[in-house]
Amino acid sequence: MSGKISMGAAINRAIDEAMAEDEGVILLGEDVGAKQGGGVFKVSSGLTEKYGAHRIRSTPISEQAIMGACVGAALAGFRPIAEIMLMNFVTVCMDQIVNHAAKLRFMSGGQTNVPLVIRTTTGVGVGFGGQHSDMLEAWFAHVPGLKIVTPSNPADAQGLMRSAIACNDPVIFIENILCYGLTAEAPEAGYRVPLGKAAIVKDGTDCSIITYGRTVIDALDVAAQLTEEGISAEVIDLRTIAPYDEETVLMSVRKTGRAVVLHEAVKAYGTGAEISARIHEALFNELKAPVQRIGGTFSPVPMANALEQAWIPSKDDIKQAVRTAMGWQR
Amino acid sequence: MASPKIDRDTLLDIYTRTMKIARADEKFRSLLASGSLAVVYYTVRGQELVSAAMMAALEPSDYLVTTYRGQHDQIAKGVPLDLLFAEVAGKVTGTCKGKGGSMHITHPETGVMVTTGVVGSGLPIANGLALSSQNRGDGKVTVTCFGDGATNIGAFHEAMNMAQLWKLPVIFFCQNNRYGEHTAFADHTKVDSISARAAAYAMHSVKVDGNDAEAMYLAAKDAVDRARAGDGPTLIEAMCYRMMGHFFGADFSYMPAEHLAEMAAADPLPRLRKLMLDYQFSDSELDAVLADIDSEVEAAWQFAADSAYPGPEELRIDVFEEEVAA
Repeated sequence: MSGKISMGAAINRAIDEAMAEDEGVILLGEDVGAKQGGGVFKVSSGLTEKYGAHRIRSTPISEQAIMGACVGAALAGFRPIAEIMLMNFVTVCMDQIVNHAAKLRFMSGGQTNVPLVIRTTTGVGVGFGGQHSDMLEAWFAHVPGLKIVTPSNPADAQGLMRSAIACNDPVIFIENILCYGLTAEAPEAGYRVPLGKAAIVKDGTDCSIITYGRTVIDALDVAAQLTEEGISAEVIDLRTIAPYDEETVLMSVRKTGRAVVLHEAVKAYGTGAEISARIHEALFNELKAPVQRIGGTFSPVPMANALEQAWIPSKDDIKQAVRTAMGWQR
Repeated sequence: MASPKIDRDTLLDIYTRTMKIARADEKFRSLLASGSLAVVYYTVRGQELVSAAMMAALEPSDYLVTTYRGQHDQIAKGVPLDLLFAEVAGKVTGTCKGKGGSMHITHPETGVMVTTGVVGSGLPIANGLALSSQNRGDGKVTVTCFGDGATNIGAFHEAMNMAQLWKLPVIFFCQNNRYGEHTAFADHTKVDSISARAAAYAMHSVKVDGNDAEAMYLAAKDAVDRARAGDGPTLIEAMCYRMMGHFFGADFSYMPAEHLAEMAAADPLPRLRKLMLDYQFSDSELDAVLADIDSEVEAAWQFAADSAYPGPEELRIDVFEEEVAA
């Protein structure tokens, strides 16, 4: 396969491939069918025509019913994909995700399992305001039994989606709304990216920037700019947020001695706190500076563009955090 | 007596399931009272027959989703008593290796796919199991059990609408025991009956005296036949009583005296015994059934008592498919 592909099309391609291979792969969500236009972000366009309305099931606005039906179908051996249009709407089906999808394997003593993918879109920067923008991955990372994935580019999106569908446990697949239009060289058919494996997307020797999702793009940009200041930053794209690739993270920080953990989600109590704590626990004596954390502001996401831009961690914030780490005197 | 409405073998099957539930429940309560067992336990006293008659209308391969007060449903569906006792006692030989307990009994071999501790959560999951059967064309029916209290949570309404919209082979089996935890029906619901709610979803429904073995079985059979024929879901409201408190040891002095009297008069166990005699079963035949059940119950408890508790390594197993690192 050659040519360019957008992230949205890459996700569509991965689902298409999986559906062609396995009758048990089904998609449930609001507006996902052909009659409804193939999803608000068109990610499921063309799939109903190929696989039928019994496999691409456009649902009522009933997140509990969507998630519960996917949990039940998964228990029966299907590999359902639940589309929760926007990540904030997981709040109305948390019971099914947290009490059921995550725990049924354990509570049944391994007799059942829930091979479910929860696709959901979110992102700050498009003026959707407080109830349509949050990155809520930390909530789910705190729950044993859930895996969380987010791609920063089309190839990873395609490869991670294939792996998520193949996974025998529930996977939350977060799609950043601003990344749908990103285009890059399309990977070959059947391309897979393993869950739990981070990518070092830029090598460096002075400071590790650990991030995931849309902010990977910012981090790469900042790393390029820092070269001009003589700072060699390494950028790690976690790809799987939980359980994350601790080995790659620790190996990188052991090399650089400095780390900045960056995410779009609110900084306080975010996944960055966990990763930072683990680095300190494991590498305290080898660190040249305390781990720096960058994340969203501790306020609801605002609508007004000026405020929203002030809310998001900026490239200057990232740059400053790296400089702080570089200038630290023990 | 009036002419028999169901065949004798079916009635004997219902009787056997009912008494197995009753004797197992009695055993659990005596173990709890004596201190031999110290676990959370939701007694099913009073709801034995509704469940026995419902499950008698199913095939072993049909799916069941039930709730924390679900022991009667699980036993009626066929979960082996030894595995059940061991699970309730938290032993590694239990259905779920002791990781679920009475609130989470799971046994796919007998179709018991989920037991949930969250009121109402089983209904959306049942839809998913039914959807799998619809897509596969495997002919299975899914039954989800819940109480009257569960019909006021959003999941009930979302699941009812979706099931009817997609004509899923699912049966919503409401065991209306007239109390949602400690709150009486009239204090939590304004409509007179749960079955009336089906109209809001254009769903077929039936209200039945759950303690009438013949009527309960016929209602169950009809719903199962409809689902299997592709005619979609049914809401069954089976009227019954929860003859004890919300959980074992709970005070139930809040239940008014007249309710307690009404409840005692409607006890399904003596009523079923009388019906058995009407169907020309002899006392000695029935006592022989009970003797078999009692020895099965005793053996089940012995198995549980003799079994080991799970080891700490189990904390790292079954969180994910791959073991969590120590």
